Amino acid sequence: MLCDNCKERDAVVHLTRIVDNAVSQLHLCEKCAAAKGVETTLSVPQHPLGDILQAVQQQAATTSEDAAACTFCGATARDFRASGRLGCPHCYDAMERSLRELLRRLHGSSRHVGQRYETPVTHVVDKPDTLHDLRDRLRRAIENEQFEVAAELRDRIRTLETETV
Amino acid sequence: MSAPRPGLDLSLLPDGGVRWLDASGPNSDVVISTRIRLARNVSGYAFTGRAREGERLRMLAQVRDALTGVPSLSGSLLLRLEDLPVVDRQLLHERHLVSKELAGLDPQHPVRSGAAVFLGESVGLLVNEEDHLRLQALRSGFAVSQAFEGVNRLDRELGVQVPYAFHREFGFLTACPTNAGTGLRASVLIHLPGLVLTKEIGKVLAGLQQMGLTYRGLYGEGSEVVGNFFQLSNQTTLGRSEEELQDLLVRVVRHVIEREEEARRVLVRDAGYIIEDKLWRAYGTLRYARSLSFDEAMNYLSGVRLAVGLKLITGLSVYTLNKLLIFAQSAHLAHLEGRVLTDSEANLARAKYVRQVLVSEGGGVE
Repeated sequence: MLCDNCKERDAVVHLTRIVDNAVSQLHLCEKCAAAKGVETTLSVPQHPLGDILQAVQQQAATTSEDAAACTFCGATARDFRASGRLGCPHCYDAMERSLRELLRRLHGSSRHVGQRYETPVTHVVDKPDTLHDLRDRLRRAIENEQFEVAAELRDRIRTLETETV
Repeated sequence: MSAPRPGLDLSLLPDGGVRWLDASGPNSDVVISTRIRLARNVSGYAFTGRAREGERLRMLAQVRDALTGVPSLSGSLLLRLEDLPVVDRQLLHERHLVSKELAGLDPQHPVRSGAAVFLGESVGLLVNEEDHLRLQALRSGFAVSQAFEGVNRLDRELGVQVPYAFHREFGFLTACPTNAGTGLRASVLIHLPGLVLTKEIGKVLAGLQQMGLTYRGLYGEGSEVVGNFFQLSNQTTLGRSEEELQDLLVRVVRHVIEREEEARRVLVRDAGYIIEDKLWRAYGTLRYARSLSFDEAMNYLSGVRLAVGLKLITGLSVYTLNKLLIFAQSAHLAHLEGRVLTDSEANLARAKYVRQVLVSEGGGVE
């Protein structure tokens, strides 16, 4: 079934609307659903930005590494090219292929042969993210319009808030 | 609003932070100091440039708490850069204790909240620099392995207390990929007037670039070469071990020192009295001038340093020359005078300070 809006992509979001007692069905693709800010899950967002985030979350992830955002800090390869700086340690995984090439060009090798490092036992599990950490990351994601990352962070904040209540 | 007065109490700094100036190390007439820094990041946070204020402050707090388990920095002094007036931040930079970036001296990149430095004896820990942590050790003269020993000990102690970002393939992860791997930059501050005067310097610098080394000015990245002082350091940080990187620097710098000594021999042989006259004139200017710009002072100091190396001038210690190199800079003069100085006031204060030091410490000059 094609999207009622763009008539191009497959509809994956199916809405039942009731307007003035008239029931109508609307079938949308992920992109158009997101563009319309459609809330597609049963949960009611508590975050003021919930609607936008939820909608954008439905967007299909861009396949190229170029536009893919690091899931930790939201930085993209484009950001890296503009600033020459990566956003966080996880960016090395997010952009692994292109960074390996770059490291080879810069250093003549991408393989570290120096001292090895073992994370101390007390820190083996990444430090549990605090609400402060997550909120800072959420704000950054929103500022950078990384709405998929933001949506995930918002969910984690909600979970953590529920747990702590 | 009047400019804030310099307020940093220099006596609080361990060794004044300038033991590396004491000229006690090997080859200290040519090599002023050796510095090794390691770039590290704490896992669980965005890199400094992308981190929000809260993240930078929490990371700093985590590191500060962890230092109770780090003997290399026990009794160290913590300075929060954002709390210091610009003249004090500049002073720390002039002493090579903090980078220009951490000190926020570039008007386009003011000091960031959470920027801090822990100063211990001959080792320091910069926090919230381009990378979360920059560990550094400074030693007098040409002392690469001693500097590495100090910074490596600090690294091992700290790495147990704070989880570093480390990748199986890429090594220690850094904000800029040019530092990834070992995160190690080893550099020497070297004085090469002989090679400059004989115009051999271009060839030598080109040669060391082919060997994987790079050169910069007095203050490292982005700084200009003044007074024939060069900072030579490894260009790459990945694909070679810490020992290999040190060996490379040692090998190349030894060769550069030999070339410099050879150039000095040529100068004395082929232009003896011209050189002698030129160097004594440099001394005379420093001894009697009433106004000296920084570049001028550096150039004359370079001449006097060469004269001392050639034993044309005796009665002046290398330590005195090193001290003049650092203490005749603007922020140091401001501290000496107890107020912020304009450029022309600094030039007067510089000439006065240099005269006084040469009279009190160079009384036997002949």
